[in-house]
Amino acid sequence: MNGIHDALAPAGPQALALFHLWNAMLVVCTVVFALTMAALAIALWRAPRATERASADLDAQPRKEAALRRSVVWGIAGSSVLLLVLLFASFYADRALSALPLADAVHIDLVGHRFWWEAHYEPHDPEQTFATANELHVPVGRPVLIRLRADDVIHSFWVPSLSGKKDLIPGRESTIAVRADRVGTYRGQCAEFCGYQHAQMALVVVAETPERYERWRSLQREPAHAPSDAQQARGRELVEQTSCAMCHAIVGTRAGGRRAPDLTHVAGRGWLGAGAVANTPKLRAEWIANAQKFKPGVDMPPIDVAADDLAAISAYLGSLE
Amino acid sequence: MESVGALPSRPRPRKRARTRSAAAAHRPMVRDGDGPGSRAAEELERTWQEKPGLVGWLSINNHKTLGLRFVVTAFFFAGLAGVMGGLMRHQLATANSHLLGPDFYNQLFSMHGTTMMFLFAVPVMQGFALYIVPLMIGTRNTAFPRMSACAYWLYLFGGLLLFGAFATNTGPDAGWFEYVPLAGPQYGIGKRADFWNMLVTYSEAMGLMVAVDITTTILKLRAPGMSLRQMPLFVWASLVTSVMIIFAMPLVMLGANLVQFDRMLGTHFFNPAEGGDALLWQHLFWFFGHPEVYFIFIPALGFVSAIIPTFARRPMFGHDAIVLSLVTTGFLSFGLWVHHMFATNLPELGKSFFTAMSFMIAIPTALQIFCWIATIAGGRLVMRTPFLFVLGFFFVLMIGGLTGIMLGSVPLDLQVHDTYFVVAHLHYVLIGGAVFPLFAALYYWFPKVTGKQLGETLGKWHFWLFFIGVNLTFFPLHILGLEGMPRRIYTYGAETGWEPLSMVSAVGQVINDVSTLIFAINLIRTVFFKKERASADPWGAGTLEWSVASPPPRCNFFALPVVSSREPLWAPPAEVTHVQGLSAQIREGLTTTVIDALPDTRYAYPEPEIWPFVAALSVTIWLVWSVWSVPGFVWGLIPPALAFLLWYWPNKKEAKEELRWEREP
Amino acid sequence: MGARAVNDRQAARRREATPASIPAVRKGDALDVSELPSYGFAHRSLMWWGNAGMMTIEGVAFGFMVVIYFYLRDIARVWPDAGSPPDLLWGTVNLGVILASAVPNYLAQKAAQDRSLPRVRTWLYVCSLFGIALSVVRWFEFTALNVRWDDGAYGSVVWVLLGFHSFNLVTDVLDTFVLTAVTYSKPVEGKRFVDIAENCGYWYFVVLTWIPIYAVIYFGARV
Repeated sequence: MNGIHDALAPAGPQALALFHLWNAMLVVCTVVFALTMAALAIALWRAPRATERASADLDAQPRKEAALRRSVVWGIAGSSVLLLVLLFASFYADRALSALPLADAVHIDLVGHRFWWEAHYEPHDPEQTFATANELHVPVGRPVLIRLRADDVIHSFWVPSLSGKKDLIPGRESTIAVRADRVGTYRGQCAEFCGYQHAQMALVVVAETPERYERWRSLQREPAHAPSDAQQARGRELVEQTSCAMCHAIVGTRAGGRRAPDLTHVAGRGWLGAGAVANTPKLRAEWIANAQKFKPGVDMPPIDVAADDLAAISAYLGSLE
Repeated sequence: MESVGALPSRPRPRKRARTRSAAAAHRPMVRDGDGPGSRAAEELERTWQEKPGLVGWLSINNHKTLGLRFVVTAFFFAGLAGVMGGLMRHQLATANSHLLGPDFYNQLFSMHGTTMMFLFAVPVMQGFALYIVPLMIGTRNTAFPRMSACAYWLYLFGGLLLFGAFATNTGPDAGWFEYVPLAGPQYGIGKRADFWNMLVTYSEAMGLMVAVDITTTILKLRAPGMSLRQMPLFVWASLVTSVMIIFAMPLVMLGANLVQFDRMLGTHFFNPAEGGDALLWQHLFWFFGHPEVYFIFIPALGFVSAIIPTFARRPMFGHDAIVLSLVTTGFLSFGLWVHHMFATNLPELGKSFFTAMSFMIAIPTALQIFCWIATIAGGRLVMRTPFLFVLGFFFVLMIGGLTGIMLGSVPLDLQVHDTYFVVAHLHYVLIGGAVFPLFAALYYWFPKVTGKQLGETLGKWHFWLFFIGVNLTFFPLHILGLEGMPRRIYTYGAETGWEPLSMVSAVGQVINDVSTLIFAINLIRTVFFKKERASADPWGAGTLEWSVASPPPRCNFFALPVVSSREPLWAPPAEVTHVQGLSAQIREGLTTTVIDALPDTRYAYPEPEIWPFVAALSVTIWLVWSVWSVPGFVWGLIPPALAFLLWYWPNKKEAKEELRWEREP
Repeated sequence: MGARAVNDRQAARRREATPASIPAVRKGDALDVSELPSYGFAHRSLMWWGNAGMMTIEGVAFGFMVVIYFYLRDIARVWPDAGSPPDLLWGTVNLGVILASAVPNYLAQKAAQDRSLPRVRTWLYVCSLFGIALSVVRWFEFTALNVRWDDGAYGSVVWVLLGFHSFNLVTDVLDTFVLTAVTYSKPVEGKRFVDIAENCGYWYFVVLTWIPIYAVIYFGARV
């Protein structure tokens, strides 16, 4: 899955605050490291050499010992002061994280599964709500309040260019607030080991201008496009009548499964399988035929259909923009 | 005749030893106190030799053999875990690698972490403590040698069982900390998590047994005159570690047992649907888990404190400050555990407290580092391999410690938690803070243990290659973590851009392998082919273990020493130098008072017996049976009960012999 | 005669409790320890320290089980979340019997410190009988818990809390049996008496830990 995923390339205020904190800590820690290594190097350089047979110095020279004691005391005092500075920097960044204005937020309910992300926008508003998976679109400049849940094992939501991570813990609900201040595609990945295919549980956050976001949002709220040719119609029929419908939902058709990503507008997504394959016609067909090849151990079994049936299903899903 | 003791007392009539047989009353009582070569020394050698044959070998409870067994076994497991690490680096060196599948990889990283933490790092430190501490404090064996013997066999069986499980595709696969619900009854399918819980039970039992032994040994068996203020820093480190172990290890054993109950009996400790909490496991585990890393780190600090004075030819600067730092670090380490849980939904104010505590623990460590540098600055330096490894420790550990500060900050941790940044940090602190001092300690005490010194030239090659390899392997991981690479992923796509640095890291790993090879060559050459024997004190060190031959006689000291200084071998000769009057015909030692080390009682060490081995075997039967069957948990208790009964049952012959020497208080 | 014997015994016990009551003697450059006793009671024995270690380990485990109880209670909406609080009868009987058992325990410990084999045997028999009685009562306690171990978090924690203490109880009772039997194995060395005194010390631990655990199990769901 392609996208910017660098904590050192912040695209929003959360990640920016953390980037500043990182810089502050890096500078201070590097200085402390350099000074300590310099002290060690000077000590090594200036101390005379001896062999094992040299007798040990038991009588410490008072002046030298006093000088050493002064150095140690200054070292500790300096370290303590710097630690205090970093402590305040940390608290300051912490407060900045919680100070994100939340007016006019986009609300998303994110549920972590093994191994994909289920998203419901505006879940409290039946007129506005819709479901999607693995790819979140957000408007630039508006806060996004995400409620995080998990029903199976612990996952963790992390999009480094936007913010730090938050765990999704079964039995507990947490929230995270992010805001993208720059248009772009930001990649994230599950950051708490959740089993077999934890490595392939990615997601993207696509930050768009408010107009493009509104267009995307209204599109998502509509039911699935009707098939425009016979092949797509055949594809829809197969989807509704075979195993696809047992797990997947496509709003406006008879497919109403809740155990797998919502496919109503799947063609508009860049990737399938939470980042496992790109959403191109060829790869889509291969994914449908045998998802296990790309992501062994996922819940989606191989689909055993004739080649033209497979093409029909793929064509139909490819039409669901 | 002067009396040395706390209280004056009236002269008491000499009590007759209680004997039962006339024949025994006629045998002369030989007491120790004369040097090597004397009649007493010969008797001591005879008394302390081991029983012959396989049964004898299994019955050994001499701390030196046990310590050596722990260390050798730990390095064996470390080698296996190291191979796993190498495989993981190889797999991740390229994007979309198909070298290893996800299931095997998940078992690999879980086994690597579990083995390194439970089967290598803690046992190797305990092994060193078992070997060195009695020698350093001037006694003949630890306080509970049979318990430590049993601990060794438990350790070996536990490790072998874990690897047996791994070999049969039943290795743990949910990380070295096996979070629930992933390792719980619903998602932890098969027996994998059960074996992990079993391994935890084994290694914690083992750790606790050795910890109680070492604590009692240090508090009660020190040589007369070695008050707490005169005690060497390595002994302090071992004491602090052992006491911490006693307080922290029960937690993980408790937690692992609760997970087992959830898995096998249907309890709901961690099941949120029935009132349990997934986070409860994290609390239990990390309350143990954070002190755990200090079980590994603090003994290593003890190594450094033992080595620097020798190679700076002067006593440690700030001895008392270092003691206080060790104790403070021990205490503070219990207050940090939530910093492993910053990404959960715990209250923010609570988390900030743990940031403050995590920062605070840097101060005693910094104090120790500054005292060490001051010692070096005020000394005359002997640049040999042990000292080189200590210098490497400074560099690598400091980087690890500083990234630790970064991780201790809640907001910053939210970016780098569960990423390769943490992997980099933990390897820097564990390799820098523990493995470098460990190698230093190995080179340092090798002549004492084996009677031969490891080669200097190969040692220097080993050091430099290891130093370069470690930095090359783990430094890039900091950057990878910041670039979004999470932990525990078996592969990644090329579009992530993580490949170049991963490849650099893999090259570093190869250099590490070469350095290990050189170390192995050095070992083999020295042990099997070197002719030169080492003297008692090849490094010119000051502590008591260097006063006996290399390797030490089975009884350690023909006459227990009396000390009045922190570096007894450097101090000018004292008026009273040694203890006499202990039996040379039964295994006797001397207990002293806790704070001032005044002679208190004589103590008869247990003779070698097979029962610790049998007990460990019976516990294995019980634990393995319980993994498969719930009634097995109950019925399986019978073999250990029998074994411990037979262990405890007095041996008439030994009792008769001890009665000859018995004296009432 | 009686008063003087008591005084002598008290003086002897005081001497034993203080260190170096028989001092080491300096002979030239050596410290001669041949007159030192070959064992001591209480903190003068290594067994005491081992025991203290054991009690710390188990105390930490018990302490945390109690913490877990309150943790789970804190996150529960209703407590108990299944079943009902346990019947008070058997638990309170247990409390009474276990507190009473401290008496023969104390007498056994004193007998051991006096190195009186007949008295030790007698009181160990009495302790063993108390142990059997407690084990029986404990069995009834389990039946009166009014919840199964797999009925929610409450059932789990109550069963495990009672189970851990029961494990300690039963192993110490078995230890007592073994020690009673060992008094018949001649010759009896001094350190046997130390072992018996230490086992009595451990019994106090079993008694004392029952008090808070009893309070938590029987009243944790009532207040």
